[in-house]
Amino acid sequence: MTVATVPGRRVRVPRRYVPVLVTAALFLAMFAAGGIRYEGFATGQIILNVFIDNAFLLVVAVGMTFVILAGGIDLSVGSVVALSTMVAATLLKQGWSPWPVMVLVLLIGAVLGLGMGAIIHYFEIQPFIVTLAGMFLARGLCYTIGTRSIPIDDPVFTAFAQTRIDLGADMWISPGVVVAAAVVVVAAYTLHYTRLGRNVYATGGNEQSALLMGLPVARTKIAVYTISGFCSALGGLVLSFYMLSGYGLHAVGMELDAIGAVVIGGTLLTGGSGYLFGTVLGVLVLGLIQTIISFEGTLNSWWTRILIGLLLFVFILMQRLITARRR
Amino acid sequence: MAPPAPILRMKGIGKQFPGVKALDGVDFRLLPGEVHALMGENGAGKSTLIKVLTGVYDIDSGEIELAGRPVAFPGPQAARQAGISTVYQEVNLCPNLSVTENVVIGREPRRLGRVRWKEARRRAAELLGRLDLHIDVSAPLSAYSPAVQQMVAIARALDVDARVLILDEPTSSLDKDEVAQLFRVMRRLKEQGIAILFVSHFLDQIYEIADRMTILRNGRLVGEYLTSELSQVDLVAKMIGRELADLERLEDRPPAREGAPLVEADGLGRSRAIEPFTLTIREGEVVGLAGLLGSGRTEIARLLFGADHAGTGSLRIGGEPVGLRTPRAAIRHRLAFCSENRREEGLVPDLTVRENIVLALQAARGWTRPIPRRRQDELVAKYVSALNIRPADPEQPVRNLSGGNQQKVLLARWLILEPRLLILDEPTRGIDIGAKAEIQRLVAELSGGGMAVLFISAELEEVLRLSHRVGVLRDRRLVAEIDNDERLTTGALMETIASGAAS
Repeated sequence: MTVATVPGRRVRVPRRYVPVLVTAALFLAMFAAGGIRYEGFATGQIILNVFIDNAFLLVVAVGMTFVILAGGIDLSVGSVVALSTMVAATLLKQGWSPWPVMVLVLLIGAVLGLGMGAIIHYFEIQPFIVTLAGMFLARGLCYTIGTRSIPIDDPVFTAFAQTRIDLGADMWISPGVVVAAAVVVVAAYTLHYTRLGRNVYATGGNEQSALLMGLPVARTKIAVYTISGFCSALGGLVLSFYMLSGYGLHAVGMELDAIGAVVIGGTLLTGGSGYLFGTVLGVLVLGLIQTIISFEGTLNSWWTRILIGLLLFVFILMQRLITARRR
Repeated sequence: MAPPAPILRMKGIGKQFPGVKALDGVDFRLLPGEVHALMGENGAGKSTLIKVLTGVYDIDSGEIELAGRPVAFPGPQAARQAGISTVYQEVNLCPNLSVTENVVIGREPRRLGRVRWKEARRRAAELLGRLDLHIDVSAPLSAYSPAVQQMVAIARALDVDARVLILDEPTSSLDKDEVAQLFRVMRRLKEQGIAILFVSHFLDQIYEIADRMTILRNGRLVGEYLTSELSQVDLVAKMIGRELADLERLEDRPPAREGAPLVEADGLGRSRAIEPFTLTIREGEVVGLAGLLGSGRTEIARLLFGADHAGTGSLRIGGEPVGLRTPRAAIRHRLAFCSENRREEGLVPDLTVRENIVLALQAARGWTRPIPRRRQDELVAKYVSALNIRPADPEQPVRNLSGGNQQKVLLARWLILEPRLLILDEPTRGIDIGAKAEIQRLVAELSGGGMAVLFISAELEEVLRLSHRVGVLRDRRLVAEIDNDERLTTGALMETIASGAAS
């Protein structure tokens, strides 16, 4: 006896993959259009350059994916990135050796995230408000350290900045991309093959149910903000490899880029649905828009923002339609 | 043959909430391999007993024994680990996750921290197979019907070695076939020796599936009975709390009237809420609705008021067909609805008596035409004295008033709209006897003045005292419409509720 009909065996795309596939199609279309329109566009290095220029954003967006999947939001990431570059630059200038600096920076980011997560969970405050406060706090801390840009001349950091990892066929990547790729792989494994990852999805799907199912909701919620804080700090380190400076005005508004990348990657802002691969695609789409605009040459760079804005509208509407059909 | 030793025994359970004795010396036992129904009207203590058993609440007195050993559960997780699993009325699962995950999450098979999905899917399919359910376990839960989701919840409950399975109103959102499917599963589990505690408001379902029942009333134990030895009439009497012999005829019954039909519902219905019903309410007539909780009383009221959309049928008001899509439309046709949950759906506790009373009138006029303060004061003063609202201070926040007076404020709000049909859903529940009598008197006066009233109450005596006609509901169906003449007694009414046919 079978009660429910088994969903069709025909070749049909499960609805949960639709947003990711739409983003993938968009990315391919943009890449193809760019290749037709501009000479020297359709090369592998163009895509690798997008990764090189946005490695820090990718790292931060991975952390953001955890938070959004669990049904939260983290507005503090951009400020934590700036704070990380600032702390790193200052300590290096005072003669600290680079490795302890990196460990300390990562620790600071994780602890900030842990604190915000704990406040969100135990005091039942909107994540929007708590992380907004965290955003002001971290940005303010940057300026108490210093108001000017602090250059980094540590040999380890400059090595990270200048090393080219050759991939053959005239293609290369920076060490930052390797870091980002490692983060993506570890995060994807965590989300899909560990209890923590599944609890993130469950909590984002229905927190009340997750609690009644006996899942550690408190630990999960605090963990996602800790992960996001850690990723922000790591993103800050990658950014300081890229910029070779610490500055309180680095990464202004980056939290919105990260959220944008996650949403364009097909993750539902209400939580519980989405894939890390989508976030990678989201970052690629954002980066490719910038590349196309710079190839176009005549367009003001603010057109990047306009296009991102339009894309976000489209994707949020699409999500709405998908969730509306589900009900 | 001696019955097997109980798997679960609760003795002298007492539980006190501020101001209320929710449970008072309740004994309860559960035998392995039986379906045991827990019966009682709302507020009888069923859900408190379940929450005590599952470790949500601790007990003030008494003891719980599981398989002969005394136990005390600090929380739901501990109760689960001891083998007591609960499936709640609302399916508490994550619809965004796959069926597999919903069954195994929190207990996924792992190797070195890595979830073994293949093994997890195999285990989920096996558990669902025990329930005769063969579905694609990798599909998301949201792809399946509520009934299947309920089965998945049961499969999850069985994943730990459950010895006691508590099903708290599992059938309230299921249709007939789905209920039959659930019952097949329950019988199968019973054969496997699992003790099932079953709560449902549907008497037919209880009689179909339960072997034994325990009846509670007002937090006290009425008794434990074999289902086969207790007739439905006796069961209803025990739940409501009066022996049939005690029920007397009431004297001052209003004379029947012949007004023009005001509201005519023809085949009005909504799937899963109420089966299509036909009901006419005349001007100046009080129509009572009687039936147990969950029998569809409130659903009829909500359909007539446009609070829910009717799936089938038509509605005519004053002879003209209308489609009430929203309560606002109903108010325009001068219908009024005092809802059952006055705290949640009716009153705004922080506003004053005056503000609460003029709220509906103001809404009817539109916010651009404020009611002059002087007119407000006049109206409010009139109704505060007419309904004897105490304290007679229109500027008191409603929250400070007693339940009965809050109810009167809610009534006043609708009465100043001068409705043609007033729907009262449990207007006298939880209020003291004096206020009750006043509200009853008011209903009689209003109908004397030509207003039609639909009166919903769990108290049969009250329904009989006030109504000209009584509609009887059972299992979401209007089973009978009886003129309230000399022959109708609460006993007859009770029999109709129990048997489902007019006697």
